[in-house]
Amino acid sequence: MNLTNFFAIGLVASAFLTGAVAAEDVKIGVAAEPYPPFASPDSSGNWVGWEIEVINAVCAAAELDCVITPVAWDGIIPSLTGKQIDAIMASMSITEERMNTIDFSDPYYKTPGVIVADKSMELGADPEALAGKIVGVQASTIHQSYAQAYFSDSELRVYQTQDEANQDMIAGRIDAIQADSIAMADFVDSDAGSCCEIKGAVMDDPAILGLGIGAGVRKGDTELLEALNAGIAAILADGTHEEITAKYFTTSIY
Amino acid sequence: MAELLEMLGLSTSAELLSLRPPGWGYNLLRGLANSLQIALGAFGLGVVIGLFGASGKLYGGKVTRDLLAIYTTVIRAVPELVLILILYYVGTDIANKISSAIGGGRVEISGVVAGIWVLGVVQGAYATEVLRGAIQAVPAGQIEAAKSYGMPAWMTMRRVTIPAMMSFAVPGLANLWLIATKDTALLAVVGFSELTLETRQAASSTRAYFTFFLAAGALYLMVTLFSGVVFGRIEKWARRGQPSLRGGTR
Amino acid sequence: MTGLRALFQPHRIVLMLVFAALIVWCALSLRWDWIPKYAPLALQGLWATIWILVVSTVLGFLLAVPLGLAQAVGPWYLGIPARVFCTVIRGTPLLLQIWLLYYGLGSLFPEYPWIRSSELWPYLRQAWPYAILALTFSYAGYEGEVMRGAFSGVSKGQLETAKSFGMPRFTIFRRVWLPQAVRNVLPTLGGETILQLKATPLVATITVVEIYSVSSRVRADTFIVYEPLLLLAVVYMIIAGLIALAFRRLERKIPT
Repeated sequence: MNLTNFFAIGLVASAFLTGAVAAEDVKIGVAAEPYPPFASPDSSGNWVGWEIEVINAVCAAAELDCVITPVAWDGIIPSLTGKQIDAIMASMSITEERMNTIDFSDPYYKTPGVIVADKSMELGADPEALAGKIVGVQASTIHQSYAQAYFSDSELRVYQTQDEANQDMIAGRIDAIQADSIAMADFVDSDAGSCCEIKGAVMDDPAILGLGIGAGVRKGDTELLEALNAGIAAILADGTHEEITAKYFTTSIY
Repeated sequence: MAELLEMLGLSTSAELLSLRPPGWGYNLLRGLANSLQIALGAFGLGVVIGLFGASGKLYGGKVTRDLLAIYTTVIRAVPELVLILILYYVGTDIANKISSAIGGGRVEISGVVAGIWVLGVVQGAYATEVLRGAIQAVPAGQIEAAKSYGMPAWMTMRRVTIPAMMSFAVPGLANLWLIATKDTALLAVVGFSELTLETRQAASSTRAYFTFFLAAGALYLMVTLFSGVVFGRIEKWARRGQPSLRGGTR
Repeated sequence: MTGLRALFQPHRIVLMLVFAALIVWCALSLRWDWIPKYAPLALQGLWATIWILVVSTVLGFLLAVPLGLAQAVGPWYLGIPARVFCTVIRGTPLLLQIWLLYYGLGSLFPEYPWIRSSELWPYLRQAWPYAILALTFSYAGYEGEVMRGAFSGVSKGQLETAKSFGMPRFTIFRRVWLPQAVRNVLPTLGGETILQLKATPLVATITVVEIYSVSSRVRADTFIVYEPLLLLAVVYMIIAGLIALAFRRLERKIPT
């Protein structure tokens, strides 16, 4: 093989892989890192979970051709503004800070923030109880912002994915996690999370913790925003939302 | 076979790595294929940039040379992870701006293409230096002889310089290829589904971190070792007709 | 001062003006109002980056010397493990090695509860020991290969001369062999140290707080994407420049 062959292979490869997606498709960004039970890839490479089913239901109700596109959570907002994706449906909370950059649909689920810690540990969910403790949060989440604002006497560990924070909780490297109650309920019910339990919800602060989970779209993309809002309203009204929820959770999460 | 694995306490690992679901082996292989595609494309793009860069540095005007010096210095001083983030966001932004300026719609850039472009630009800087050194190692007389026969510049490049410099360039290029395969792992941080990200997904879904990271390491190592053999052959081929450099005539 | 004259050729002046204009444009039209708020954190991060870099290169080099020696002249039972170590480190991505060490080892902790009551536990809980370990291994792997060449490159005559003067083996190593090998690799060492600097941001993925993770935090808090990354690139370029300068000085000081 000589040098020219190398170029040829490289160029042909890049030409083939450009694989343009039809322009009418709506690319829905989800976090590339697993976030069970909401969105995670299974062993055959398909994305599964509550949120994935909701995305499909909303898109069907709004008559949109949606393509689920995994994007690094840490760069999901730049990917939206940079037009890599058209909407974010990745358990993203609607906060004022984010609304400066993107627009949000109506919420499609709600979840308070909770503190999880080892069963043997007596721990509350208030800043005093957590003083001097190591608290793990996922990067670029409302929980990171909240912990930075309230737990100034604790040592914060910022993880790229929730799963990695959970893993370090199991390993005992951190004393507590702050995260969404639903994801955490799922975690402490699992075999791996049997070490730990939910200690309680953190004191609400809507300015940081937001007003529920919504779909994010680019500012000014009102057409898509209205379509998504209509889709969300439709699945809430016709019972699809409840049906999907019943498959994953015992209580309503709206 | 199964009994042997059982004996070694590896049966759960073997199950997790099996190619059919619920095993995650197929995901890892798909990730590996993606990694190799990106590495191959980036390496090819890097060599093309390197060829132009090297000729620019050697034969270009003053401004070209200074600009190329800035390019190679900056790329080689800034961490690849930072470059990947900058080039990824800036690249897609610019592509969209150009497209809307000429009246086109939104450009769809697939992950693989973005990965190739980002890593290719990084590889190009290193390739420029490797190829510049290799071209300089070609005896000037050979190139002058070609010129004096009236060969145009491009033909001189194609017929004389590139074949003659190959033997000097192959070791450096082999090194670059290995860097390319390993740098694809960094794309995991931007969310491309290449081998490292597939591994991370499999590991956190099953909590078998050790098994999957070791398996991925073995796959990368196989690629490295296999590439070593291939490049050894290429080097031998590029050196054909030249006196051996190791030992002997001195 | 040929350097200064070369700097003021007409085309370079034009280039410098273009860059000055670019910098002014960046300063005026991009957002920099976040800097004062994050400056203390950034300084901490910068300090952590430099600390990790220095500790891991020094430890890595100390490990590289025996690795190189074992491969160059060691008996097979030392040479082969050293070669395997170097091949594995050089053949797999550092990111994977870091994750294997941090999350891989971490996933074993729950199976061995005694680890948590051991004296090492306060360190095993932290992220930085794993970062240092991974970066040290990586530097040792690459540098071990370089040192192998350097040790074989010292001419046999010199070692034989030293021996014939009746120098003990360790003195030969300390006075003749090691200094010459190190002098031969100094130019590569500078380059390898810059590569090591470029590897440090990877440890941010295991929660170590260094300069790269500070820029990620700015991005997460404020949604400003380009500005922290551009500033970060400049910071790394300055550190790389300082490393190159330091090694050039060191090279000049050593007699040839």
